Amino acid sequence: MSVEIKTASIEPVRLTFDHLEARIGKGKAATRYQEAVHDLQVTQNFHYRPTWDPEFDLFDKRRSAIVLGDFDQLLDPRQYYYAPYTIQRARQQEAQDGNFGIVEKRNLFSALSPEWLTNIETLIIPLRHFEWGANTNNCYIAATGYGAPFTSTALMQAMDRLGVAQYLTRLALVLQHQDPQCLDRAKALWLDDPLWQPLRQLVEDAMVTKDWFELHVLQNFLLDGAIYPFAYTQFDQAITTHGGIAYALTTEFMRDWYTESVRWTDSTIRVAANESQENKATIQTWIARWEPRVRAAVTPLAVAAFASQATGVLDSIFTDLAARRVKLGLMV
Amino acid sequence: MADRKLGLKEKYQLMTRGLDWETTYQPMDKVFPFDKYEGIKIKDWSKWEDPFRLTMDAYWKYQSEKERKLYAILDSFSQNNGQLNISDARYMTAIKLWAQGITPLEYYAHRGFCHVGRHFRGAGARVACQMQALDELRHAQTQMHAFSHYNKYFSGLHQAIHMRDRAWYLSIPKSFFEDALTSGPFEFVTSISFAFEYVLTNLLFMPFVSGAAYNGDMATTTFGFSAQSDESRHMTLGLEVVKFVLEQHEDNVPIMQRYIDKWFWRGYRLLALVGTMMDYMLPKKVMSWAEAWGIYWEENGFALFNDLSRYGIRLPKYHEIATKEKLHITHQAWNVFYTACPATGFHAWLPQPYEMDWLSEKYGETFDRFYRPRYELFGEMEKAGKRFYTNRLPFVCQTCQVPDFFTEVDNPMKQAVRHHEWRGMKFNFCSDGCKDIFVNEPEKFCQSYIPPQQIYQGNAGGARTLQEYAAWLHCPMGSDAGDYYSSDDYKNWLKWHGGRDTSPTTAAA
Ligand SMILES: [Fe+2]
Ligand SMILES: [Fe+2]
Ligand SMILES: [Zn+2]
Repeated sequence: MSVEIKTASIEPVRLTFDHLEARIGKGKAATRYQEAVHDLQVTQNFHYRPTWDPEFDLFDKRRSAIVLGDFDQLLDPRQYYYAPYTIQRARQQEAQDGNFGIVEKRNLFSALSPEWLTNIETLIIPLRHFEWGANTNNCYIAATGYGAPFTSTALMQAMDRLGVAQYLTRLALVLQHQDPQCLDRAKALWLDDPLWQPLRQLVEDAMVTKDWFELHVLQNFLLDGAIYPFAYTQFDQAITTHGGIAYALTTEFMRDWYTESVRWTDSTIRVAANESQENKATIQTWIARWEPRVRAAVTPLAVAAFASQATGVLDSIFTDLAARRVKLGLMV
Repeated sequence: MADRKLGLKEKYQLMTRGLDWETTYQPMDKVFPFDKYEGIKIKDWSKWEDPFRLTMDAYWKYQSEKERKLYAILDSFSQNNGQLNISDARYMTAIKLWAQGITPLEYYAHRGFCHVGRHFRGAGARVACQMQALDELRHAQTQMHAFSHYNKYFSGLHQAIHMRDRAWYLSIPKSFFEDALTSGPFEFVTSISFAFEYVLTNLLFMPFVSGAAYNGDMATTTFGFSAQSDESRHMTLGLEVVKFVLEQHEDNVPIMQRYIDKWFWRGYRLLALVGTMMDYMLPKKVMSWAEAWGIYWEENGFALFNDLSRYGIRLPKYHEIATKEKLHITHQAWNVFYTACPATGFHAWLPQPYEMDWLSEKYGETFDRFYRPRYELFGEMEKAGKRFYTNRLPFVCQTCQVPDFFTEVDNPMKQAVRHHEWRGMKFNFCSDGCKDIFVNEPEKFCQSYIPPQQIYQGNAGGARTLQEYAAWLHCPMGSDAGDYYSSDDYKNWLKWHGGRDTSPTTAAA
């Protein structure tokens, strides 16, 4: 059909959906991100109370102590909806795959001393269970949270953590020439070694934390804010000076991912805190409750990795975290 | 040292399975509080075979490739005014129904799978459910994007989200999915993964996507086919989950049978909307509802249940009623939509002559005897300038929320109504199937939000008349509601086609 001739006379009747017009104003076109996240979650006229949680509606603001006039304000600065999310991760996984290829082909881990190889095995590989916990917690946020912009990103965050757990698995297998027993050894450490018990206990406590925004603060801000700088910055710097370029290559994804996900974590906490003094106070209470335990949980790992320099490393990690907190308007 | 080579399956299992652990600082029953109260007994979660066996990096890779292709086509669709290529603007009614009624279900599915992806105890089960949760988010979002272009040119889409929570006929899909999501995790996967996606999917997905292809709707066809590879994973999950649960413990069999009975019937009632779309909303016909039911249920469905009989599972209760009703329900539903379209977000019309012939051919005596005369009468009223509209909203079934248009299977002249009294309150149902569901769970189904009742109680923005109700839905006559031939959609369509009515004159594509 000769569409070209007619196009001139074909004017759109409207530019976007009513629910987006109400947000961005009349006569404006919405972005694909806005179309993909706003108002997707039902907010009213629910039919039945959940049989698994009859005190609440299926989606219910009261499941968190955070109060927001509009939960759709909890946007993702990266503007991830499914397409840009998967496309971005596919790029990263391709790079990461290439890194694993180089490390295996050139046998780059052979440059490391047995001591540092052991450090990876005992201080890094068990983190795959930490990641599984982070997957569990973010999946909880995705299921229980309020508003599609926040919960949809939380699910991506959950899947990312499964991805990181699998990269750690791959790292272990490369390190141990595909011998799966290295995973059992790491799991045994996670389950029984005193070094890991404060962290495991904290992760298990997080798994039964009911307030989904508190869990967001605990998992994505505090726990990640300590573990990622420890494992992928401080540990990485130390091992690199000992010939550990292979470690840098095989954990590249984690560093890039963390830098990126911090933007979402910080921006959502900032929006919630800026809404009201009450929200700010609530978040500060949560931080005051959990931060000492997070520090206590990372301390044995730092001591094992950095010995006499551990305190310095921990101070730098928690100073950075405090600086982030202050930037979000959250005082000590 | 020579590296040991790992098989694909072994590799996948290592990547996922060992990740979880038995918690000890918190009791497992507190970490997973929801997977026991239904009475389903799981002895060994590791027997759950994750059918996808996709690591995250593989998932990202495959899915991103699909997304790149899909959005390239959507972009060119909007740049080239692809909306002009649909068979006829009447076709848009199918798309409006999809945007208002089905896209929200994709989002519900997404949230439901997040919930079970968190709360199942087995790691394999959880990963499979989480991936499906992400897929369903994809479907909700790609559908918004595909429909976004149509929204710029046609009515009935701009207010879809507003209507989703308010419109009487959208309470049918809404209550269906809210029922599933508020159920226990095993019932949820049985309802959505098994009953909906495995057993009934061909009756939902196929008609819409083929309908789109037959009617020149490139946007919908493209996302439909793109979603199909996700759906085939979901179907596999549906069958795996049922077999897994049945194999775990014999006590699970009667519970699962009750779920299957319930969700077969609820799914079947929901599909009345889809059947109506097939028979009436598509200018170019794919196949009739009765034919689809014959192939996808009477043939394929029976074969499936034959397979399941070794687990002690029988055909769903009342399946024979559904089969008998296949000759009637779509005509009865369209009759309601034709007369009540002032209170909907789409347009309705009388079947054109070529469609009347097609309906006669497909439904024979049933159509000619019971439904053709009604349409002919309506046609005469239209000619006399008295297009018939109803002035009341229908009563709806307490369980499925479908209006009271169903008739007794052996007497199409007699309306089917069932009653049940519970705690001094009287409830009405469309069928024994729906009444049974209520009787099994009265505490749940007494809560149903029934839009017509809400209107009478003043909870629809205070609307008292049908017109006020339509305004509250953002559906004024002419622009969003009412007869097609007096609609803006029709006027614009003629304008864009140089005054020519493009309606097909034959049902074949
Ligand atoms: Fe879907
Ligand atoms: Fe699906
Ligand atoms: Zn019913």
